[in-house]
Amino acid sequence: MAAKLHFSLVSPERELFSGDVDQVDAPGSEGDFGVLAGHAPFMTALKEGQVRVYDNGRIRTFNVRGGFADVTGEGLTILAEHAVEAAEA
Amino acid sequence: MASLKEMRNRIGSVKATQKITKAMQMVAAAKLRKAQDAAQNARPYAERMGSVIANLAAGVSGGDAPRLLVGSGSDRRHLVVVATSDRGLAGGFNSSIVRAARERINALLNEGKDVRVLTVGRKARDQLRRLYGDRYVGSIEAGGNPSLEVAEQISARVQELFESGEVDVVTLMFSRFRSVVSQQPTALQLIPVEVGAATTQSESTAPYEYEPDEQAILETLLPRNITTQIFSAMLENQAGFFAAQMTAMDNATRNAGDMIASLTLQYNRSRQAQITKELIEIISGAEAL
Repeated sequence: MAAKLHFSLVSPERELFSGDVDQVDAPGSEGDFGVLAGHAPFMTALKEGQVRVYDNGRIRTFNVRGGFADVTGEGLTILAEHAVEAAEA
Repeated sequence: MASLKEMRNRIGSVKATQKITKAMQMVAAAKLRKAQDAAQNARPYAERMGSVIANLAAGVSGGDAPRLLVGSGSDRRHLVVVATSDRGLAGGFNSSIVRAARERINALLNEGKDVRVLTVGRKARDQLRRLYGDRYVGSIEAGGNPSLEVAEQISARVQELFESGEVDVVTLMFSRFRSVVSQQPTALQLIPVEVGAATTQSESTAPYEYEPDEQAILETLLPRNITTQIFSAMLENQAGFFAAQMTAMDNATRNAGDMIASLTLQYNRSRQAQITKELIEIISGAEAL
């Protein structure tokens, strides 16, 4: 079992997601990117789009607008100006 | 000496007042819980934002750092943003913020600084507009529940004043919510940003990669940070306001209870005195026959 990535998604109103997951895809301002555990420290602005969270074969999707992704040794943090969970597909 | 009927009316009116203060207390208690949750939910965002900025600021060198971070190089002109609630009936909540703001403003004036005042919330406006006349640059209503839109509006106004060079340093006055019984008027410097020490150690080993680049990220992040700070200050204010209102209304209810007790005692005494007087009259009237 590969190591898990700690991921949290916070908006000014509340913390939408916090926990360990397999992979997160996010819409970076210079292009979409995926983050796995052990990613190099990395920071980018986000454009409007969807954040996909993969965990044990399940996918959760959040619509985000405006914000930042911050990857550190501890994990990935997304600070989104506006974020809502998309309806389950 | 008031007549019995007058006293009955008096007791009735105090009882009616007590019902109102009791209802207000319960409403405040319910709203306090919601406001406290909102303040708590907003905290992770503000904290993360703070640490991200601290990390970024550590990496940006002096010369080309954004002005929001390092200031305009002067500290002569100050803008004090005073945030209170729109409504009153919350004990000393708003006055204590305004008093702290006044002390700060007067201290700055004594140091020979130029001070501008911007208020958020109707109570601060009412108390400060007249006092500071032409130093007063405007007010923004806080509205019912703190919303990000209002925070953005305030933030935009503040940045506009800073960018146009009218002010060098911006300080926000609000009430920090410590607990239900304690709200502390607090001054928070918005511009230039007060940066906490960069806390994460992992950065020293692996260099950060930035997209597009540090400068661009910092330039969009800093305005958002100001909005976030204002927003969380408004949430703290809101929670503090309801806590103060709850306490004030609890006191008012208790005072009304004491007043009813003493009025009722007085009422019963004079009622008994009158009965005794009437009995004496009847008995002495009967004896005379």
